[in-house]
Amino acid sequence: MPHRTSVPMPWRLKKRRYDLNGTKCDCGVVYYPPRKICELCGNKINNDIKLPNNGVIVSFTKIMVPPDGFENISPYIIGLVKLSNGVVLSSQIHGPEEKIKINTPVKANFRVLFKDGKNGVIHYGTKFEVIE
Amino acid sequence: MSKNVAIIGIGQTKFGELWDYSLRDLMAEAGTNALKDAGVEKNEIDYLSVGNMSAGRFVGQEHVGALAADVLGIKAPAIRCEAACASGSVAFRSALHAVQSGNCETAMVLGVEKMTDVHGAGALTSLAAAGDQEWEASIGLTFAGLYALMARRHMHEYGTTQEQLAMVSVVNHENGKNNPYAQFRNSISVEDVLKSSMVADPLRLLDCSPITDGAAAVIITSEKNAKKTQNPVWVLGSAQSSDTLALHDRKSFTELLATKQAVKDVFVKTGLTQKSIDLIEVHDCFSINQIMAMEDLGFCKKGMGGKFVESGGIKLNGEIPTNTLGGLKASGHPVGATGVRQLCDLTKQLRGTAPNQVKNAKKALNLNIGGSGATAVINILGVEPNAS
Repeated sequence: MPHRTSVPMPWRLKKRRYDLNGTKCDCGVVYYPPRKICELCGNKINNDIKLPNNGVIVSFTKIMVPPDGFENISPYIIGLVKLSNGVVLSSQIHGPEEKIKINTPVKANFRVLFKDGKNGVIHYGTKFEVIE
Repeated sequence: MSKNVAIIGIGQTKFGELWDYSLRDLMAEAGTNALKDAGVEKNEIDYLSVGNMSAGRFVGQEHVGALAADVLGIKAPAIRCEAACASGSVAFRSALHAVQSGNCETAMVLGVEKMTDVHGAGALTSLAAAGDQEWEASIGLTFAGLYALMARRHMHEYGTTQEQLAMVSVVNHENGKNNPYAQFRNSISVEDVLKSSMVADPLRLLDCSPITDGAAAVIITSEKNAKKTQNPVWVLGSAQSSDTLALHDRKSFTELLATKQAVKDVFVKTGLTQKSIDLIEVHDCFSINQIMAMEDLGFCKKGMGGKFVESGGIKLNGEIPTNTLGGLKASGHPVGATGVRQLCDLTKQLRGTAPNQVKNAKKALNLNIGGSGATAVINILGVEPNAS
């Protein structure tokens, strides 16, 4: 799978993935994943912004049938997380399964996202963990 | 006012795990069947529009517009349209515009997907590319996963139940029983769905449409030509709308705003309403999507989709017969072919020749969704050329 073995792709995204680094338009709207053109006002966005580390689970699912490359960590939980500034993102979620519910508070953690086999790139990024 | 266009021929292959069919074979069979049904020679086709999502990943073949032209012996311009699971409908709209513009007289739309040459996880990986590769697929979010996130939210906000989700598949399987082209022709029960293995919680295996090989084709032509044919089925209106590629960027997780925009547009264009429509085809790639479709199309109130299904509203004898030949769940879902297959099924109903025939069917609507709702296409077909 060429897109998974790509070296430049995770390198290009490292600031965004490692630090939850998004973009902020001059009109005030914050985007993560980052956008370079504002959905609201249509202007070009030049400013980066660090996103808050805390949020709550909006929805979640336990993936039992994984795509290529995720067999080793399956099953795993992915959720929509609403950060404290209102931005929603997709992330894997860790923590005691009985506590993973809608509205559960979670916080960002730096983790391995995906290991591309024995010889491929290790993708790092942010996952969210239940705040106990 | 745009010019009137009609469907004058339909054809498809059987849908299923067709080990002995190649991408070429699927194209050849569906295309030939449609030409024969229309009574049209291949040299009368002056535009060929192919709907295909991912031949490059499924069988390593790109340039599939040219391949289809080659296989069918057509020398006219051929293009391939891709909009994930809505590729077939987007290909249809491209052909529709070509004929409406007057640049072409008679066009073939050919939807095709050959999905079973790769193993299951490989197919899932390819399908996940219909979502956002950088921000969804790359963290292990599958397509079932995306719809599961919507299902969980719908259950949370509106009290939709797993039994109601299961009912969607039960009805689609019941409708597929009489469809000789369907992948699955067996009845299933709510208990069967609830006992099937979990794919992405809360969606189970029998909440999910299958991985399928298949092709479907329609021939469309101008009003002048269509009026010389026996049973033209007219295109009364067509609309397409877009939303963000990724689910997390949407304003709502319990409705597809692209569907709502497209249905608004097509009803404004045609002057029709939900009450004018006798039957529909919707995109039940996952059971939750049919429940959201019934709401987003306005056949029931927001949040009431589960109850609507439970009360039999989508059944053949219900308020709005839906997926009368099995939908994606029972017919199968060769992604690039599905939008065209929907139009074939509606055409059969409007000709009065369908298994599970809906009595006095005069107007019908299809909804074909790409990705997790980033593309929505709606077409309305009718037995008379004018909407009124």
